[in-house]
Amino acid sequence: MSAPARASVWRDLIHKPFFWGIVAIVALLALNVIKDPTYLAISINPNNGNLVGNLIDILRQAAPVMMIAIGMSLVIATGGIDLSVGSLMAVSGAVSMEFLAAAGDSSSLGVALAAVGLSLLITGILGAVNGVLVAYVGLQPFIATLVLMLAGRGVAKVITGGQNTAASSDPYRWIANGFLVGIPVVFILAVLIVVVVSWVVRRSALGLMIEAIGINPKASRMAGIKPKGLLLTAYILSGILAGIAGVMSVGSVMTVDISRTGYQLELDAILAVVIGGASLAGGKFSLSGAFVGALLIATLDKTVLFLGVSSSATPAFKAIVIVAICLLQSERVRSWFQRRRRTQAPAPRVEIVKEEAAA
Amino acid sequence: MSAIAAAPVQGKGAGIADRLRRLITANPSAVPTIASVIIFVGMIVYGEVAYGRIVQASTLSNLLINNAHVIVLAVAMTFVIITGGIDLSVGSIIAFSSVAGVMLSNAGWNPIAVVVLMIVFGALFGLVSGILIRYFNVQPFIATLAMMFLGRGLASLLSTKPEQLPSDSPIRLLSEKIKIIDGPKVNDLVITPAVIIAILVVLAAFFVLHRTRTGRTVYAIGGSENSALLMGLSVHRTKVLVYVISGALSGLAAVLYTSRLGTAQNITGIGWELDAIAAAVIGGTVLTGAYGYVLGSVVGALVLGLMTVLITRDGGIPPEMTTIITGGILLVFVLLQRAVTRKRE
Repeated sequence: MSAPARASVWRDLIHKPFFWGIVAIVALLALNVIKDPTYLAISINPNNGNLVGNLIDILRQAAPVMMIAIGMSLVIATGGIDLSVGSLMAVSGAVSMEFLAAAGDSSSLGVALAAVGLSLLITGILGAVNGVLVAYVGLQPFIATLVLMLAGRGVAKVITGGQNTAASSDPYRWIANGFLVGIPVVFILAVLIVVVVSWVVRRSALGLMIEAIGINPKASRMAGIKPKGLLLTAYILSGILAGIAGVMSVGSVMTVDISRTGYQLELDAILAVVIGGASLAGGKFSLSGAFVGALLIATLDKTVLFLGVSSSATPAFKAIVIVAICLLQSERVRSWFQRRRRTQAPAPRVEIVKEEAAA
Repeated sequence: MSAIAAAPVQGKGAGIADRLRRLITANPSAVPTIASVIIFVGMIVYGEVAYGRIVQASTLSNLLINNAHVIVLAVAMTFVIITGGIDLSVGSIIAFSSVAGVMLSNAGWNPIAVVVLMIVFGALFGLVSGILIRYFNVQPFIATLAMMFLGRGLASLLSTKPEQLPSDSPIRLLSEKIKIIDGPKVNDLVITPAVIIAILVVLAAFFVLHRTRTGRTVYAIGGSENSALLMGLSVHRTKVLVYVISGALSGLAAVLYTSRLGTAQNITGIGWELDAIAAAVIGGTVLTGAYGYVLGSVVGALVLGLMTVLITRDGGIPPEMTTIITGGILLVFVLLQRAVTRKRE
């Protein structure tokens, strides 16, 4: 590879929306390595040939966040927001655990699949409720989903009767804790779902139409896009993906904690989306960006714990990150940066034009 | 706008029915407020008939005592919602303020300084949201959602255990029960300084919102921010101000709640955003802004409080259902508003 070609690869990478997310992941990992030089070590468990290490833990923890972040990406791209994903995770976990506890057959694959299917069906229906309220009734998205965010935990409580239900099912547990050729199943599953969703969205006109709604609903309607069905689809997808995330996070402990499962994960999902370079105002979205964002959040969670801060305090750090990103996205800060660049560089014209074209 | 300006003062001396009819025709968005008053009266009548012992001094004074903080929150939320914004951070501000306040008073701080600081903490959170929204164009629910997590996280940094207020702390005096009428058995008309504070807040808010220039500006921003700007109203200052008011009142609500309970914890106030929003919406505040009444929100808060009383009395409804019912009521009222405003369009 020649030097200019390499430089252009670099420039492409830097202009990728999720470049700074990757930089942040590397920085956080470096921080951990400074504290413990063996942090990145990955070993193979001699008993079963599985990979063991902090990095593997991060991949495993990132999986549920990836799921809700993908759903959130699509919803935010339409110009909406889904605040109910965390509560839907709890609902999904509650449905699964109640079903498994009632079935009582801990080795049957069919029972586990039925539990997953039932959970996804119910979260899909709840997502559809959001979608109908937004698309057909015309409520503001955050109000429609706020109701479910706060009442969703009530639904989960009613399903389990206020208990933290536990159940046992080996196939169900395998989803969250199993390994396939040494790699956690849950991560493989998450990557598969991300790939499938991005393939469907990007190979068809679906993604384009979703972005069109977010950028200019009126123009998109005039161009012949029917927004209602698409909005409904986005919210249903978000609900189902939150259901999958719920199955993943409940499966690792096989207990649903109705007040903790998925608690405050809405923020994680929103954070992952904005780290991935999407604007909260809607429009362009990047599923690979959301993927990187989810990885960054899992790394941040792990780092905060590793540095000895209480896990219930992590939302404070995330809130600071999200405020910082919102500031970076705002007109005022951007124009301030551009003005500085203009005064420093003698010929910034081309660069600015290029940026405008990119935006 | 003029319809609303006229609504509270019009028709003095006319018959109540006549006045109501004129209120509705002049201003269809008053329907939810009237509906909430009817619901409140209906709930009292139903409760009295079905369970008894509702219309009596002790139940009604307990309703006020137990909901003083919700009333304050609902009033705060009314300001924000009328500008077309939302404040999702109230519950977390209460968690942070009360944990910080209890820890400070345990450290031997002057109780008055502690109370002032608790309110100041709330105001600071509100100020940050306000600045984010006003100067950096962040959507209100994103900015306050970030504050919601920040407050909860900071409260957890301070402590994750229940913090006990010392039993001789003067802050507890705020919830000292004062008997006004010593009724037979336990049927006393009781009041606490906290309730008086809440009533004062309601009166002050009523005055500010309905009788001052700032209040007019709050309504004008909700109606159309651009028009308000073109009219030369101090839109920017007011927009930051409503979030500061909301934060400061949340801090005050933390004082009232902590004085009654005597403990504070980092999980205090989870889901109170829903209560505050629901109270405001039930009371007739329209979520898209520009319409709403302080007194309506007070009725909304009392409806929610009475609902909890009825659910406890009934015993057949599991307490887990409370949030679902609150959410359901909120949804019904939002849909009602939607129908009313759509008709007007």
